[in-house]
Amino acid sequence: MKAAVVVFPGSNCDTDCYHVLSNVMKTPVAYVWHKERILPKVDLVVLPGGFSYGDYLRTGAVARFSPAMEAVKKHADQGRYVIGICNGFQILLEAGLLPGAMLRNRTLRFVCRHVWLRVEDVHTVYTRKMAKGDILCIPIAHGEGNYYCDEDTLRLMQDESRILFRYCSEGGILGDAYNPNGSTDHIAGITNKKRNVLGMMPHPERASERILGSTDGRMIWESLFEG
Amino acid sequence: MYKAMINVTLKKSVLDPQGQTVLRALETLGFQDAKDLRVGKFFELTLEAQDADQAARQVRAMCEKLLINPVIEEYSFQVAKEGNVPKS
Repeated sequence: MKAAVVVFPGSNCDTDCYHVLSNVMKTPVAYVWHKERILPKVDLVVLPGGFSYGDYLRTGAVARFSPAMEAVKKHADQGRYVIGICNGFQILLEAGLLPGAMLRNRTLRFVCRHVWLRVEDVHTVYTRKMAKGDILCIPIAHGEGNYYCDEDTLRLMQDESRILFRYCSEGGILGDAYNPNGSTDHIAGITNKKRNVLGMMPHPERASERILGSTDGRMIWESLFEG
Repeated sequence: MYKAMINVTLKKSVLDPQGQTVLRALETLGFQDAKDLRVGKFFELTLEAQDADQAARQVRAMCEKLLINPVIEEYSFQVAKEGNVPKS
């Protein structure tokens, strides 16, 4: 499997993603500058975290009009894989590749710490090596990760098992105390109807090597590459 | 030239944590009459248009394409010939 990391002005997790894909997962990977209209032939596109366009207007609102995003949409429409992490997730929401929108964190604070995630569905290429109910320890780092969608959309995603990760306690219990940003239904990561696009606020690339304290994020890459 | 004054707020159905925090701050400062508060955005846009109707159409298109996110936000606006800006 080959991968590309799209770099927007203000991306700051692009090299982390490149490093994990290339050096940890031993996957061929290329950077794609956001001005590119054509993607290299790859199976996976990663939209990395950061502050594209300084988060001006709304997070991800300007990046979604970058020329590369047209190619990313086509890539997704063809059923190939797209992961948006943090700001990448926000861009996917603004681009309409995933439903909903992000609001300011309930506390209005930027939150940067490890959180616990409960795996809610394993019928995707991103979660197929996990078991339902597995608990992952992966860091978040965002000020606008308070996921919002209307009730109909939420019900649809619940019915279609498209919520892949929820914030939880270390023991897997859901509750406001374990929800770091106020997200609707404790949502930390979702997929689209075709299940080829993943958006998540936690950073798996920061939890893919033992030296960083957790390797739970590797499960996502392993699901993708070794499924 | 026309000038558009565009107001954007979070939809009523969307919780506004920033607005609630500011409201609580007002209450703490003794402004007990403050009952509800929504924080929004304001755009002041100068644009070329043949007439006010065309300007309004343009503004609506800009709002829907980029300036607002219809999932969480709603907007209202006024347009006026420049130099003839409505007083708020």
